Amino acid sequence: MKIRATQAIMECLLEQEVDTVFGYPGGTILNVYDELYRYQGKIRHVLTAHEQGASHAADGYARSTGKVGVCFATSGPGATNLTTGIATAYLDSSPVVFITCNVGENLLGRDAFQEVDSTGIAMPITKAAFLVRDARQIPDVMRQAFAVAATGRPGPVLIDFLKNVTAPSQEIDYTFIPWRENRENRESSGMQALNESRRTQKPEPDRQDIRILLEMIAKAKRPLLICGGGVVRGRAHREFRAFAEKLDAPVAITLMGGGAFPGGHPLTTGMIGMHGSRASNVACDECDLLIAVGSRFSDRVALDPATFAAQSKIVQIDIDRAEIDKNVVTDHHIIGSARRVLSLLNEEMPQYHHEEWKTRILPLRAPSAAPESEHLTPQQILEIIRQRAPKDAIVATDVGQHQMWAIKYLHFDYPGQLLTSGGFGTMGFGLGAAIGAQMGNPDKRVLHITGDGCFRMNCHELCTVEHYGLPIVSVVFNNGTLGMVRQWQNLIYDKRFSETTLDRGPDFVKLAEAYGLRGFRVTNRAEMEDALEQALAGGNGAVIDCVLDADEMVRPMVAAGSPITDFLLNEEGRA
Amino acid sequence: MKQTISVLVENQAGVLNRITSLFSRRAFNIHSLAVGVTDDPAISRITIIVESGNSVVEQVEKQLNKLVEVIKVRTLDEGTFIGRELMILKVSANAKTRPDIMTLCDICGAKVSDVSTTSMTMEVSDTPDRLDTFQEMMRKFNILEVVRTGVIALQKGAGKI
Repeated sequence: MKIRATQAIMECLLEQEVDTVFGYPGGTILNVYDELYRYQGKIRHVLTAHEQGASHAADGYARSTGKVGVCFATSGPGATNLTTGIATAYLDSSPVVFITCNVGENLLGRDAFQEVDSTGIAMPITKAAFLVRDARQIPDVMRQAFAVAATGRPGPVLIDFLKNVTAPSQEIDYTFIPWRENRENRESSGMQALNESRRTQKPEPDRQDIRILLEMIAKAKRPLLICGGGVVRGRAHREFRAFAEKLDAPVAITLMGGGAFPGGHPLTTGMIGMHGSRASNVACDECDLLIAVGSRFSDRVALDPATFAAQSKIVQIDIDRAEIDKNVVTDHHIIGSARRVLSLLNEEMPQYHHEEWKTRILPLRAPSAAPESEHLTPQQILEIIRQRAPKDAIVATDVGQHQMWAIKYLHFDYPGQLLTSGGFGTMGFGLGAAIGAQMGNPDKRVLHITGDGCFRMNCHELCTVEHYGLPIVSVVFNNGTLGMVRQWQNLIYDKRFSETTLDRGPDFVKLAEAYGLRGFRVTNRAEMEDALEQALAGGNGAVIDCVLDADEMVRPMVAAGSPITDFLLNEEGRA
Repeated sequence: MKQTISVLVENQAGVLNRITSLFSRRAFNIHSLAVGVTDDPAISRITIIVESGNSVVEQVEKQLNKLVEVIKVRTLDEGTFIGRELMILKVSANAKTRPDIMTLCDICGAKVSDVSTTSMTMEVSDTPDRLDTFQEMMRKFNILEVVRTGVIALQKGAGKI
């Protein structure tokens, strides 16, 4: 059947069961938006204030739903505004298909208006970047892009269509092929060969590798499990929990692993690494078998690779072969999806009991109640949220102190509940991600936890919150500084607070009101309780501006590059 | 240590860019790189020489394998492959020096491809070491220009990557 090229783009989105896209129109992508106008009933478009917001929204949608996010933008500045969002998705392995348009073939390479080499820019921050110069390639490229984004280790893909490819006069042959059919039966579907099927299929774990690990487990006296982002992306939380309980071992959770293992589970030792709990970091130092699932031992976890888990055999389970031995040299590894590897292990593994080891590690967990004080403290805010917000509320954070506090003091119980920029550390990620999450999860409460520095970076997306009537509550940890950087200046730079004091507007309450939302300012526990109650009760979005002391610190802390138990700060003060 | 990596890739615009940008991003040092189409016009072969330890080469191989456009990657072990490089070299030459140059060309298996009243241009295809030797021998005649292709390599025997 012959249809318009732009129609094929929309039909290919429908093949992939896409019903929501985020984006911002412009000159070169006009034809695509014109087609979108005709598909209004089938594909909902969410218009943000800025392309960066759209990119984070598509990412937040993907992370919270487990589906592929989709984001549209025009050429030139539209495309470059996406780049921070693309890199954020890349570093955290989030499946998003970014669709941009470029100038027409006749102008390509002539520095035309709003022309930029989008695929060239996107190359190092995508799994694949396609430049489409022939309309007949549209179905193949679209199907391949979604397959690449969603399979193996997920990640972002960019498709850049030349404007002439999207011209209304362009017609191509097209047959609707639902994605499942297409991926299972690739050759007959006419999809461009993905060279080797292994790229769109999960690698099957090697049984010998499984047996070796089971033998290592049988010999271990002090095993430690690390729950990484791969458990979240692979939605392997049930298998992981069963494995942890059978192994009866402490579980340390990485930033990206948040939600994959219940935060309140008796085996949880909390986060590991730079701001890891004493329990997790000491366990890492003293264990004799460390099993990391879906974790790449980033420099925020394995701060000093040479001394990391020095007494231990290290085992890495990962879907991406390139992660094995990249940062930390391992003793054994298994390639495969977390879900598949863990279920194979669970089938064979007996129930273990490691009482002595648990007795050593688990009591090191810090007490959880927030001390009383006249001034509001970060811990109090998060305690109030934990008590009063729904248990299954999705939490999107920005980056910095508030992020670390949120992860430390809140409990995340399912994958996709915590949305945070871990690898790229993108300030301004949170509000966009919250919008995407709310669009994908209309029945859930979405909270945006942010700092004053981060909030200022993308607060213009409050207009998106207002326009679509999203009941997102932004809780701003306002200490009037770029808190995490100030913390380093406090501890390492002899209190030279170079350009980290954010003593400036806007008034966040008035800002919220200017956007048609409700604003609250709170300075103590009672006010916070009251404000959160009201914010959650209203049907629309709200901003709670929480006034905090500038020198609140994230504890504990280990300096970059140091052995994991060399605490610069412990729970009480300087170590 | 120099290591030879042979890569089969899709013959499309941007693929070479993707591969070289991977090398620069991961701070892998390329010693030489040669590209050409295979007997299948849709596939190109890239021969890359990297100068580094085994762990780096292993990372290079793994990262290359992740690229969608890459079909196959193989690190070729020393002694198991034929590696050749083409060099074109131009030296100053006159009636007096020409016979000496010709003699060296004979010894080294180089072919004279151009001659003028003041210069001679030779081409030679051999292993990089032997090219180095030839270049060294030519130095005393005043080398005007040199160009080398970088090594291309194939496995010995019936094996394919």
